Amino acid sequence: MRLEKSGGATTIARPGEAFGWSALSDRSERRHRTVAASATSLLRLKGTALLDIMTSDPRLGRVSRDDVADTIHAIQISEPAQVPQRRGGSLTFALFQTGQWFKGPKPYLMLLGYALLLSFWYLSVEVLKLPRFAEMPGLTTVIQEWLSPNPAYGISIHTPVYYLHILVSLRRIAIAFIFATALGVPVGLLLGWSKTFKDYVFPIFEMIRPIPILAWVPLAIVMLPGSELPVLYLTFLASFFATALNTMLGVKSIDPVYVLAAKCLGASRWQVFRHVVVPGALPFIFTGLQISIGVAWFSLVAAEMVSGQFGLGYLINTSYTTVQYPTIIIAMITLGIVGYITSVAVRVAGDWLMGWRIRQLAMQERR
Amino acid sequence: MMSLPGTLAMPSANPERQWHRFSPRVLLDPSARRAVIAVAAVCIFWQLGATSRGWLGFSLPVIGAIPAPDAVAAAWVKLIHDPGYWQSWEQSFLRVALGFAAATSVGVPFGLALATNSTFRGFAFPVFELLRPIPPLAWVPAAIIFWPTQELSIDFVIFLGGFYTMVLNVLGGAETIDARLIQAARSMGASRWNIFRRLILPGVLPSIGVGMEVAIGITWEVVVAAEMISGGGSGSATSSSGGLGFFIWNSYVGGSYPNIIVGMISIGIAGYLSSAVVRRCVARLTPWLRRPR
Amino acid sequence: MMSVSVEFRRRGALEIADAVKLYDPDGARILAVDHCSLTIPAGEICMVVGPSGCGKTTLLNAIAGFHGLDSGAITLDGTILCGPSQRLAPIGSDRVVVFQNGALFPWKTNLENVAFGPIVQKRLNKKQAHEKAWRLMADAGLAGYEHKYPGELSSGLQRRVEIVRALINDPAVLLLDEPYRALDALSKSVMHEALLETYYRTGVTIFFITHDLEEAIFLGHRVVVMTSRPCRPKQIFEIDIPHPRDYGVLTSPRFRELAAEISAAVDEEAAKSFALGEKEG
Repeated sequence: MRLEKSGGATTIARPGEAFGWSALSDRSERRHRTVAASATSLLRLKGTALLDIMTSDPRLGRVSRDDVADTIHAIQISEPAQVPQRRGGSLTFALFQTGQWFKGPKPYLMLLGYALLLSFWYLSVEVLKLPRFAEMPGLTTVIQEWLSPNPAYGISIHTPVYYLHILVSLRRIAIAFIFATALGVPVGLLLGWSKTFKDYVFPIFEMIRPIPILAWVPLAIVMLPGSELPVLYLTFLASFFATALNTMLGVKSIDPVYVLAAKCLGASRWQVFRHVVVPGALPFIFTGLQISIGVAWFSLVAAEMVSGQFGLGYLINTSYTTVQYPTIIIAMITLGIVGYITSVAVRVAGDWLMGWRIRQLAMQERR
Repeated sequence: MMSLPGTLAMPSANPERQWHRFSPRVLLDPSARRAVIAVAAVCIFWQLGATSRGWLGFSLPVIGAIPAPDAVAAAWVKLIHDPGYWQSWEQSFLRVALGFAAATSVGVPFGLALATNSTFRGFAFPVFELLRPIPPLAWVPAAIIFWPTQELSIDFVIFLGGFYTMVLNVLGGAETIDARLIQAARSMGASRWNIFRRLILPGVLPSIGVGMEVAIGITWEVVVAAEMISGGGSGSATSSSGGLGFFIWNSYVGGSYPNIIVGMISIGIAGYLSSAVVRRCVARLTPWLRRPR
Repeated sequence: MMSVSVEFRRRGALEIADAVKLYDPDGARILAVDHCSLTIPAGEICMVVGPSGCGKTTLLNAIAGFHGLDSGAITLDGTILCGPSQRLAPIGSDRVVVFQNGALFPWKTNLENVAFGPIVQKRLNKKQAHEKAWRLMADAGLAGYEHKYPGELSSGLQRRVEIVRALINDPAVLLLDEPYRALDALSKSVMHEALLETYYRTGVTIFFITHDLEEAIFLGHRVVVMTSRPCRPKQIFEIDIPHPRDYGVLTSPRFRELAAEISAAVDEEAAKSFALGEKEG
């Protein structure tokens, strides 16, 4: 069933599930529009009648209430939902949501926003020719360049070197991010869980962290051989700090009551770590990973602009120094797209791994 | 606030603990003792590694190339007497202050507008989200083309860094305001303006605080990066150079490697001080969040 | 008139002897428990009531082993849990706690939650534990919720799952810290029945902290009224209404009498507590 609340949110009920408001306490009427996605039988219970019975004769009221509850329970049990062990999002649900989205004002406002942005750009550079924008490449120039099979400045979707730059940047991000996660999550977990570890390691951590990543550039060039390693190191460092810190925060935010409960049930220290700390910190870890990937891109671009060969940051820098301005814009836009995709990938991975949290948030009905 | 990356803070070390470190009871507290041991161990390791060519016969990889702590200390003592060094401090601090102030004064209203007006949010937020994945530093060349002076272009990029953070945090904070409070206010007849002033504004103050703490860190990152890039990377070591980032790059180019590390540590300290100042202001802004400890 | 279950129950006799607990947050020495002595025979449902912040939870925490006592001893079935030689009782599944705001692991399904104890203690393998958990949940009327997550259930149902999670370990004592505090009246009455039903089946000793006097009288064999901080038993009331009980009990004259007596005792302490400005414990 699909349920449309007055506030606009949408929930879904699968066969065998129950939904609805408990309006017993104040007798107010609540209205919902409901659409059945498949053939459904409807059982209508007049709540006010039940309330009247309960107020006039508590004992009979309780019996009636129990009967109603049993009936509902029996109906539910008779159609046990085929519940798989691990539930992710379902495709039909996603498609349905997309369909609903198109009916609201949101997509059109969004298009309006983009249109405003693009028309501002177009007007200020090519039509009104505002003095400030004199040297800016115009919208049409950039688009033509981007799509042209024979670009004047050398970069377009038809040139293989374009994809080379993208791949090089992506490869660096992947390597740095994976290493940073592989190192950062365990370090963060330990920092949050073990006081001894924290006492020794956190001071060093906190002394190095305030140093901005780019400040490492010269030292990295001096320390590490080649031109690729310094870039990787810088990206890794930024990502590592973000991941480790957020993981540590995650461990610290776990409600201690879960640790106590696990201990009560006989869990050893290691079992508490495995069954409570790690799953409990996962939401924070994933938020940290989203921040981490953003920070990684930030550092990568900066590092590529200063040193290194190939890559989108390098492309931006060299396009500027060789006065190939439209390419700058192309590279910026590409950066935005690629960065966004990687961010979404991390978020989707998180959502998939933590299905329980999505359902919990859905139950709390965030608007 | 799981869906809003960039809002979860990267909190700095507890300032109370930092003071404790300098009190004479340092050695009595096991945590402080371990910290001292750890720092000492790192320094020893650093010294041994950096001078490895001398006592080991060959230079250890990575560590061997770094300037040794004693060289760094000596360089620093010299620099303290050099006015140019302090000018770099001033330059960077000014840029940070300007960028931070701009990011806050534009970001907070923008965020509030996004939060309260759904139409505005409908067309402005997608544009915001479209531009956000582009790292601020990628804007440097475009900014240089656009703005008349190099200083302004650097400031613009610095502003961008803090701006995104502030908006995200304000939005996140507005979302956490209990919808029921707003409903209650509305049912009691409060006007939109009143609801905004008395409910939403105080409600987002904590998030603005968090945003400011995160933003100051990001601002420093961008300042250093921008100083390096515009002063060093693009090959024009002219006009609006200066600042600690440029100082580091210059030291590298000029071959005085110990100065590099001095610069790095200086920025670290500067960043830490700025964060402490911001945190104090934030605590002043949201006194009700002060824990009774 | 003791209930049937006390006779067949051999374990779960708790003895608190002269317990003293001092808190020292920020240098303000606060006496939470002052020479408190209480004997709870095996299989009894002992309800503990008292004003907020008086130290009842402190006592429960000491029994569970979450913190230690400064003096005095707590004994379970003759074995000393904490005493002069060992200030902190070991945390174990013989005394399981059901927490006020619920502590079901949100990242595990209800079934996995319930099966957690036996698996983690290596008493059963995963398959056996899941089977046993399934059975117990069905017995408790929770069939159909096995593969859902706690976040998808109402608070009342969560509490019931949590109690099953505790009882699967066959504990000697069940420690309940105002578990139904946040529930509405209707859910509470369902919970009470469920708890009693479970008790009649297992006979576990129950140490139940509550503010709700009706709840205390309805469920308990005895109601212990604690003084305001520092807490010690002020008055103990025998609830001589026979088990098994049902809701008819609520309107019986004996119930009303007991309610009036106990209410008077509690109100006196509550007024003292209020005057001192006690915060929630």
